[in-house]
Amino acid sequence: MSEILRIENLHKSFGDLEVLKGIDLTVQSGETVVLLGSSGSGKSTMLRCLNFMETPTEGRIHLNGELIGTERGGRMRYREAELCALRARIGMVFQHFNLFPHKTVLENVMEGQVIVLGRGKPEAQDKAMAQLDRVGLAEKAAEYPARLSGGQKQRVAIARALAMDPEVMLFDEVTSALDPELVGEVLKTIRQLAEDGMTMLCVTHELGFAYHVANRVLFLHEGTILEQGEPQSILKAPATDRMSEFLEGHSLFKLPD
Amino acid sequence: MEWNFLAVLRDFDLLMLGLVNTLKVTGLALLFGVPLGLALALSRLSTFRILSGIAGFIVEFFRTTPPLVQLFWFFFALPILIDVRMTPLIAAVVTFSIQSSAFFAEIFRGGILSIDKGQWEGAKAIGMTYGQCQRRIILPQAIKRMIPAFMERSIELLKTTTLVSTVAYTDLMFQANELAQKTFRPLEVYTIVAAIYFVLIFLFSQLSIAIEHRLAKSGEGTVR
Repeated sequence: MSEILRIENLHKSFGDLEVLKGIDLTVQSGETVVLLGSSGSGKSTMLRCLNFMETPTEGRIHLNGELIGTERGGRMRYREAELCALRARIGMVFQHFNLFPHKTVLENVMEGQVIVLGRGKPEAQDKAMAQLDRVGLAEKAAEYPARLSGGQKQRVAIARALAMDPEVMLFDEVTSALDPELVGEVLKTIRQLAEDGMTMLCVTHELGFAYHVANRVLFLHEGTILEQGEPQSILKAPATDRMSEFLEGHSLFKLPD
Repeated sequence: MEWNFLAVLRDFDLLMLGLVNTLKVTGLALLFGVPLGLALALSRLSTFRILSGIAGFIVEFFRTTPPLVQLFWFFFALPILIDVRMTPLIAAVVTFSIQSSAFFAEIFRGGILSIDKGQWEGAKAIGMTYGQCQRRIILPQAIKRMIPAFMERSIELLKTTTLVSTVAYTDLMFQANELAQKTFRPLEVYTIVAAIYFVLIFLFSQLSIAIEHRLAKSGEGTVR
């Protein structure tokens, strides 16, 4: 395994509100990292800083060994063109899918390949069909997103990100907007990706998913990583009271074993 | 009082010439006004303060001053300031292009702002630049939503062009005035002119309704 992502001293403030207070993290190629934490803990902001959907206030991010941005006068400077090129290398899937409603499923998955990567249409179409097949939706290629269920939309969004051949995938609460019976199909798709060796960071509230799929779980609290470790140990025996409370809150009403 | 349309119909070609000129002014004002409106809207939405300030001022100025005053200003006042020879046609096209661009700018701006923020995020996340997002993702969706307001505004424009008769441009209204004086039949002349405007605008709004219904079928329209 080799290092693919390194984050040093990541800070992010919105006005006076400091959301991230110094995050350090190294992710190895092929690793699945799950970010847990209550709302406001900064986990989504952290994820969004990694592909510069939010610009970090301070800190450095390295992708595959290269530092993103240039340092001048003690601050990081980012050029928009550099950030666009970076975002093309990092896949992101959102809570609300954000599919393009005026384009078919196939066009959604081809769009970035053709417009951003400059691939020819035939190649982009083959690639798109392969990724749609991977998420089990090849037969929906000609449909518009409005005709799909939430779970199907989310799988198309995953295919759209995968078609760009990303080096890292970011999943931002991708099952939170789904009906409970649709959560499984999306989680299964993500799990398959993990088994295929994709490097990913997932913000989720699905503790079962974290337990079975993650290589490492991070628990964020008030903008710092409070605890991290293998899911089997950290989810069963958290070291801090804060994380114990968090886990209890998530499993208040469990079916008896 | 007896209705006599014959005298008017004998010179119907005069009215037709006026109609052609009315459509010419309207068409040219749309041709220049729509792209200018888009440019004003994008400038006004820009994070570059000076640019958005200037665009905002232009939009508000032309929305809050009467079109007749603007027309007179371009026709009579501008040639005093700069050395241009204003013909009635140029004055009319300049006035109505800028005036309607101010309204189109607001329609564009509203349409763009109505698109969910998630669309920007989805496009940005696959590496699209601002221009690519706007062109490929945001504007195509925004324009569909804008069509009813756009049609409405175009109809307003067509009606407002009657003002150009005041600077002696031979539009439909100007020709009607001429014909009314020539034939001493104002009742018949203005009745026919009203009917021409009615048919023209009625057809246009029927077309607009048809387009809206087609869009509604593809699930993108404003009619449910």
